[in-house]
Amino acid sequence: MRLPGTLREFGIPRLLIAVFLAVLFGVAVATHMDLRGLISDSIVRVGRNGILVLALLPAIQGGLGLNFGLPLGIICGLVGAVISLNAGVHGIWGVAMAAGIGVALAVPVGMGYGWLLNRTRGQEMMVGTYLGFAMVSMMSVFWLLAPFKNPTLVWAIGGRGLRTTLSLGGIYDKVLDRWLEFTVAGVRIPGGTLVVFGGLSFLTWLFFRTRMGISIAAARSSTRFARAAGISDERTRLQATVLSTVLGAIGIVIFSQSYGFVQLYTAPLLMAFPAIACILIGGATVTRATIGHVIVGTLLFQSILTVALPVTSQVIQGDISETARLIIQNGMILYALTRVGRA
Amino acid sequence: MARVLRHLVPLLFLALCVFGIVVAKITAPFLLSEMLVRIGRNSVLVLSLLVPILAGLGLNFGIVIGAMAGQIGAILIVKWGIPGIGGFGLAWLIATPIAILLGIATGSLFNRAKGREMVTGLIAGFFANGLYQLLFLFAVGSIIPFHNPAMVLPQGYGLRNTVDLSTIQYAIDDLIKLRFHLQGVEIRVPVVSYALIAAFCFLTLFFFRTRLGQQFRAMGQDPHVAAIAGIPVERNRIVATVLSTVTAAWGQLLFLQNIGTLNTYSSHEQVGMFAIAALLVSGATVSQATVGQALLGTVLFHTLFVVSPLAGKALAGDAQIGEYFRVFVAYALITVALVLHAWQSARAAREARRETR
Repeated sequence: MRLPGTLREFGIPRLLIAVFLAVLFGVAVATHMDLRGLISDSIVRVGRNGILVLALLPAIQGGLGLNFGLPLGIICGLVGAVISLNAGVHGIWGVAMAAGIGVALAVPVGMGYGWLLNRTRGQEMMVGTYLGFAMVSMMSVFWLLAPFKNPTLVWAIGGRGLRTTLSLGGIYDKVLDRWLEFTVAGVRIPGGTLVVFGGLSFLTWLFFRTRMGISIAAARSSTRFARAAGISDERTRLQATVLSTVLGAIGIVIFSQSYGFVQLYTAPLLMAFPAIACILIGGATVTRATIGHVIVGTLLFQSILTVALPVTSQVIQGDISETARLIIQNGMILYALTRVGRA
Repeated sequence: MARVLRHLVPLLFLALCVFGIVVAKITAPFLLSEMLVRIGRNSVLVLSLLVPILAGLGLNFGIVIGAMAGQIGAILIVKWGIPGIGGFGLAWLIATPIAILLGIATGSLFNRAKGREMVTGLIAGFFANGLYQLLFLFAVGSIIPFHNPAMVLPQGYGLRNTVDLSTIQYAIDDLIKLRFHLQGVEIRVPVVSYALIAAFCFLTLFFFRTRLGQQFRAMGQDPHVAAIAGIPVERNRIVATVLSTVTAAWGQLLFLQNIGTLNTYSSHEQVGMFAIAALLVSGATVSQATVGQALLGTVLFHTLFVVSPLAGKALAGDAQIGEYFRVFVAYALITVALVLHAWQSARAAREARRETR
């Protein structure tokens, strides 16, 4: 089947996804659903997940491919969150402390990860996936044995081992979502979280215009020229990995405050996959991504996830949204993997 | 270093198992009966990984797709109510063409993603899981006629979470019944299952020696040279994937006839991870694995599987720690094997560059 040039550039999967979303909204309108609520929920979820998607950008720009090792950064952020909760810091300062500790941990972790990826060129995605899996399960043992004593965090029975989900109610639940919150035509917008997401996106955009950022992208697109210009691509890859891990750590803290819970144990295991699907749906490839891809992709995919459940449950019983998520998410990643080196 | 590690990994693992056995005070008859059952049900799945490794495709994370084909066979024979060995045989027959088709699809996908077969296989497994859910959770009973109130959810479509396979349970294991008592513990020996495993081992060994097997070996060593020598590399890669997928489908059915219940939506999910971890425990690598290593790995890995929750309970008073620990070991093993493989091939590429300069 031949398609016109512009359409082919857009990509068939992306087209299907956009049509699917349009159909979902069409059904929502036709069945007189609470459209404002749906749009509002979609925007909340964009803010919640945005930074985790943004975290993938430096890795792609640095030539490391899709960062399936995102859980490494996520774990750093979770440790920060648990420490801040254990210390009982409330409000915005709790979020700041969690993110600060997360970043402090993510820098050395990212350096180690980047060092490993430099030695496993060509298999970065596979190594990242399984290193992430291994670390998540190792941390599961850690959460059980960790020396936290705060009774609101550990299991009530036995008094040892952190709970699977820690509620943030009354501590810093939605503290950023509520900050600068406003309503447009009945659609509630979580200003603070969006401001943080927008600010970090802007900083990342700015970073890729600094000397360091330009050299990272240059080393990816042409290793030899970069080397001739005195840029070591081993170093730029390391910098890209650290940046990606740091953003992952911040991302999960923002995610948790918006979600209202800190999820431990196996929760981070599969978190990289939906984020990767977001950036790919936005138009990124394994070798090229922009801030625009991050924003458009997050908006499209998170809207589908938000709208699919209430809309499809009007038509059929049972939750088809989880199945749809599996197919869209992994279909998109498969499509991207089979198109490397073909433009 | 690689040579040391080849023996280091199984030795370390053995030490870990022995430590666990001593700590948890596990008795010999208990361990023997558990191991006999577990080796019988898992070996074929591990063997299904060997052919793609020979052909240079790496670890086939796509065997999950083969397992799904096997489960489709199991679901159909339960629906038709065909019990015993006949039902089991029919399930194998039904699963085979499905696995061949899915194998061709997976193989073509691998051909479009050369050098990234492993990550593609992993994601293809997740993707296929989505389609599988769509088929059995929504299409069955609504689009596809399927009337069996014992299997279908009360809403009229979608399969229940578990399918009772008691009609074919032990169809192969107990085809020849053999039991003996050791220190008061009844130990069942699934004779026919072991005969089947032996047959698969010999078939694999025989296959390695055939013309096609030799072509696979040449491809595994250097696909470019193999292509120049006139070997149809792309076609052979698909054949290797099909063989692996079909074996995995049969292996999954052998696994299910022993377990006796099918968790419709989760039995297949971890098949790939556990089979691959078991193979790697023996010191096999992404590019080199033998039949002997597959068997040794199955024994070692499943010993840890039995021992680790009990050891966790004895050591820390919590079986959950052991559960997490064995999952960690499985993932860590795969990570280490992948890192070593990538490290070596990166170094080989560097040296090759230096020589041509």
